[in-house]
Amino acid sequence: MPESTQLRTPDLTAWSCPVPLRDHPRVVMGHGGGGTLSAELVQHVFAPAFGGEALAQLGDSAAVSVGGARLAFSTDSFVVRPLFFPGGSIGDLAVNGTVNDLAMSGARAAYLSSAFILEEGVEVEVVARVAEAMGAAARTAGVEVATGDTKVVESGHGDGIFITTSGIGLIPAGVDLRPQRVRPGDVVIVSGEIGLHGVAIMSVREGLEFGVEIESDCAALGGLVESMLAVTPDLHVLRDPTRGGLAASLNEIAAASGTGVVIQERTVPVPAAVANACAILGLDPLYVANEGKLVAFVPREHADAVLDAMRAHPLGAAAAVIGEAVEAHPGMVVARTALGGTRVVDLPLGEQLPRIC
Amino acid sequence: MKYIDEFQNPELARRLLDDIHATVTRPWALMEVCGGQTHTIIRHGIDQLLPDAVELIHGPGCPVCVTPLELIDKALEIASRPEVIFCSFGDMLRVPGTGRDLFRVRGEGGDVRVVYSPLDALRIARENPDREVVFFGIGFETTAPPNAMTVHQARRLGIRNFSLLVSHVRVPPAIEAIMQSPDCRVQAFLAAGHVCSVMGTGEYPALAERYRVPVVVTGFEPLDILEGVRRTVLQLERGEHRVENAYPRAVRPEGNPTALAMLEDVFEVTDRAWRGIGVIPASGWRLSPRYREYDAEHRFAVTGIKTREPAACRSGEVLQGLLKPNECEAFGTTCTPRNPLGATMVSSEGACAAYYLYRRLEPATAPPATLESLEASPVA
Repeated sequence: MPESTQLRTPDLTAWSCPVPLRDHPRVVMGHGGGGTLSAELVQHVFAPAFGGEALAQLGDSAAVSVGGARLAFSTDSFVVRPLFFPGGSIGDLAVNGTVNDLAMSGARAAYLSSAFILEEGVEVEVVARVAEAMGAAARTAGVEVATGDTKVVESGHGDGIFITTSGIGLIPAGVDLRPQRVRPGDVVIVSGEIGLHGVAIMSVREGLEFGVEIESDCAALGGLVESMLAVTPDLHVLRDPTRGGLAASLNEIAAASGTGVVIQERTVPVPAAVANACAILGLDPLYVANEGKLVAFVPREHADAVLDAMRAHPLGAAAAVIGEAVEAHPGMVVARTALGGTRVVDLPLGEQLPRIC
Repeated sequence: MKYIDEFQNPELARRLLDDIHATVTRPWALMEVCGGQTHTIIRHGIDQLLPDAVELIHGPGCPVCVTPLELIDKALEIASRPEVIFCSFGDMLRVPGTGRDLFRVRGEGGDVRVVYSPLDALRIARENPDREVVFFGIGFETTAPPNAMTVHQARRLGIRNFSLLVSHVRVPPAIEAIMQSPDCRVQAFLAAGHVCSVMGTGEYPALAERYRVPVVVTGFEPLDILEGVRRTVLQLERGEHRVENAYPRAVRPEGNPTALAMLEDVFEVTDRAWRGIGVIPASGWRLSPRYREYDAEHRFAVTGIKTREPAACRSGEVLQGLLKPNECEAFGTTCTPRNPLGATMVSSEGACAAYYLYRRLEPATAPPATLESLEASPVA
């Protein structure tokens, strides 16, 4: 670095910035973060390679017709570290994650498959505990694990246990949950407090203490969705805001529906422990993962009844109206701040990064 | 949360805003020095709620944004080495160096880890005695003391496989550089509260006197910002230029003596290059000769890396408050968080990223919103 003895006037003409990173030639962690990088990987690599109409829906589960029946079909991989965390385990996630993806199509999960990739050296007792957790979660969700597979990779080539589950379930007649059905005026409802799973994982993974133990909200949402559909089958779209949090789900819906979304920030239920953890780390609770929550776009005339039904269910007791779909700024999510300002809530790029100061 | 919710109270914010609106009689340009303050202002829409006459200029106080490209390239070089575990705060992983960032280095097999404290990096060094552990020590006076303490600890514990890649910078010399620029429009400063919690307020009276600018030490919650603005415009309207502490719950005039002693022991003041400003004399710290063996630049012989940056973006002007992010022709088109042309679009504390995330609905020429216009807007 050049040494200098007198103050230099800033030289703006000599100032410039690095060449932008347009593409990553190799996979980076952000490709799995549920944000823009994940979407680009699907759009540019997987979708063109696979083709197919069902995939083009790009939902958490696909609605397919088999022999006259309308099925929801979904698959999901689970690579969480640590395997056991406050409020659950990779086994609970593996069942509930796929059950919830099916539920977001309105389907009650009927059968799951379970594929294990085990790392050489993992204690069998640990595998057994994960399997027991999966069995218990499946019984709670009313779904049967009907088929499975096991592979082992050499030590150092895995992270203990990876699980992939796939699931099928029947979509009831008259139910058609798609972002394309969203209309301006639809009411946006979230089923409870956000950010619990992401903060719980962070606290154990990074050894961060937030004063109280925060438990994951990991839960199966099939029953809650049934109680909502019992009020009206005419819900427009449901999403479970996992990776990328509520912000990612709202952005996906806004983009696919071509409507704008407005949320009132102060109405979004954020538990104090999550707010505190996010304040410490410089994260935004809207982007933190959930594993037992849903966000619903409901026609205005049904919103009160649906909200009442949700609040009557244990997994929807803290449900709240947080905003609406609007004609303005199509494809964009805007938050009205507590002070009265507005801000854009963007799709996260990759993973949220803790801030320096 | 105690001491958070209280400082985000909409009713109290309204009162402060009313007070500011009643005080201002003419246009004023204030610079908030710290990127954390910029983030709060944009995230809560505070700039939309202030009188049109009060302009907030976003200062150079984002440690990620002002870290020179050359140093990022040195980090990438070190992090690529197989014997190295490279530890950094999360923000720095996405900042592009010449053609790469730390995420890409990790994707190519480099052992790059996000930590939450430099002491985590020291722990990793103890747990991996056969590896070289390097911590990326960037930031202002706020992050320098813990980094200094970590090096101090390393020596005390005899941990030799640990080193620091240092790019620490100091606020007062940067304020001086901004005030000496012939294009300078700044009439007052909201000083960075966290910096002053370490350093105290002793460095500011001379600046306030020399350049006849009010300096108000300000915190980071919405009410802190509004109180800082209120006190600043009051001084400006009265023709005063004093140093005031509007963040007394965190800042004492003498600062934090323990932290200051640690800085004195481990670092020495040096000239530093600032991205967007250039070299500012005596504006940074490097490891003192007593601790030179812990300097990663020397240990890994990367002092020779020199980087010439291709002309591309105008973040230098943004960092000095000469240009609003959305007045740049590249903003939101060829320059986005996905494809950043400069560090101000990368860091969540960067002014351009903050504008991109929260302010894209606003054309660059739009008048600032008022409480009335917001209440009448379709998003109400």
